[in-house]
Amino acid sequence: MKPVNFAYQRPRHFGEAMGLLADGGAHAKVLAGGQSLGPMLNLRLVQPELIVDITALDELKRAEKLGDHLVLGACVTHADIEDGRVPDVTNGAMPEVAAGIAYRAVRNRGTIGGSLINADPSADWVSALSALGAEAIVRRADGARTLAVEDFVTGALETVLGANELLEAIRVPAQSASAQWGYYKVCRKTGEYAQAIGAVLLDRPRNVFRAVIGATERKPLVLADARALFGGSDDLAQFDRGAADAMLQSIGMTDALDRQIHTVALARAVRQAAGA
Amino acid sequence: MREGRDLTGTHLGCEHGVCGACTILVDDMPVRSCITYAVACDGAEVVTIEGLDDDEITRELREAFKREHALQCGYCTPGMLVSARDLVVRSVDADEHDIRVAMSGNLCRCTGYVGIIKAIRSVIAARRGRDIAAVAGGGPQYCGSRRVRSRQRRT
Repeated sequence: MKPVNFAYQRPRHFGEAMGLLADGGAHAKVLAGGQSLGPMLNLRLVQPELIVDITALDELKRAEKLGDHLVLGACVTHADIEDGRVPDVTNGAMPEVAAGIAYRAVRNRGTIGGSLINADPSADWVSALSALGAEAIVRRADGARTLAVEDFVTGALETVLGANELLEAIRVPAQSASAQWGYYKVCRKTGEYAQAIGAVLLDRPRNVFRAVIGATERKPLVLADARALFGGSDDLAQFDRGAADAMLQSIGMTDALDRQIHTVALARAVRQAAGA
Repeated sequence: MREGRDLTGTHLGCEHGVCGACTILVDDMPVRSCITYAVACDGAEVVTIEGLDDDEITRELREAFKREHALQCGYCTPGMLVSARDLVVRSVDADEHDIRVAMSGNLCRCTGYVGIIKAIRSVIAARRGRDIAAVAGGGPQYCGSRRVRSRQRRT
């Protein structure tokens, strides 16, 4: 259980990192905590020639409130979020999600950006950030682009990130004080990757009602307008399991038990959001 | 650590971040050493189980592990102690469910965990009973002046 030999660089400046990645091309791999990449390297599922460790880049560890958003650098760790070392604009939703990721030793090194770019459908941030309506800020040498998390993740372990691009930060909209949030995941064992994830955010003052069904072995099912799951209403008590089941069928989830587990995960998230 | 420094207290288990046997402290935070490269720890303080010989919390944990039969073969124990130490520092109270969740990243194939959980509970309860407050987040603050370094035990 040893990775292949690879060169290792830990640049101190953003430009340096971009240069290394440009030179390394397809044989370079970015390490942003290594809690998923590390196992993949040890199992030789990934065999890079160069690892560019971006955790020494200060600009990727920033956390600042800008207007009604929070911008979190890609290398902010799950434990930073769990412990409140970075601000929170989600009424505690993000710290709670962070606290439920894997194990403390993993949360101490694993990062929000690393998790998102890994785009494992069963990982927490892919679903949670989609439900929160967060955006990914992607940098390249000559500029940046911002896109919704659900558009950033294109499939299982796939994102839109092109060569010569780095995920720089996550932009999270601030919730109203009255926002209702629920997040529920089904895991075979505590701390393991989820078998099913349900998330819902109802924030009436901002006119936001979003729902996500994740851990579907593909990109999560994201409803930017969740009313279709609630009989056309924004009443959490009207949750329609049949509608969720039909949506899961439409994205190709053929196994009835699988659909049942995902529907139950969402139903429990809805119950949490309703405060029941 | 094991081959170059002869610090064989850190045990290799799964080697892909699942079992927790190789857990060590890097800048006072538990990490999985099997998926942490030495080169990535440049400038960091690395403490292995050997470095916790004289640490007060770890000494209390060792005594509790012995009393509660919290180990059999002992292979998982170094990782258990490092993770448990962090939990003792951070935990406000000694709730069994919370301890089980927090220790779920350290696998033991012998004990069934009951003794391990009892041992950790007893140390948390005893320290809180002595008015030693929990430190939220643990991490860099908590070793303070009692910082201990990994050192070569045998030459």
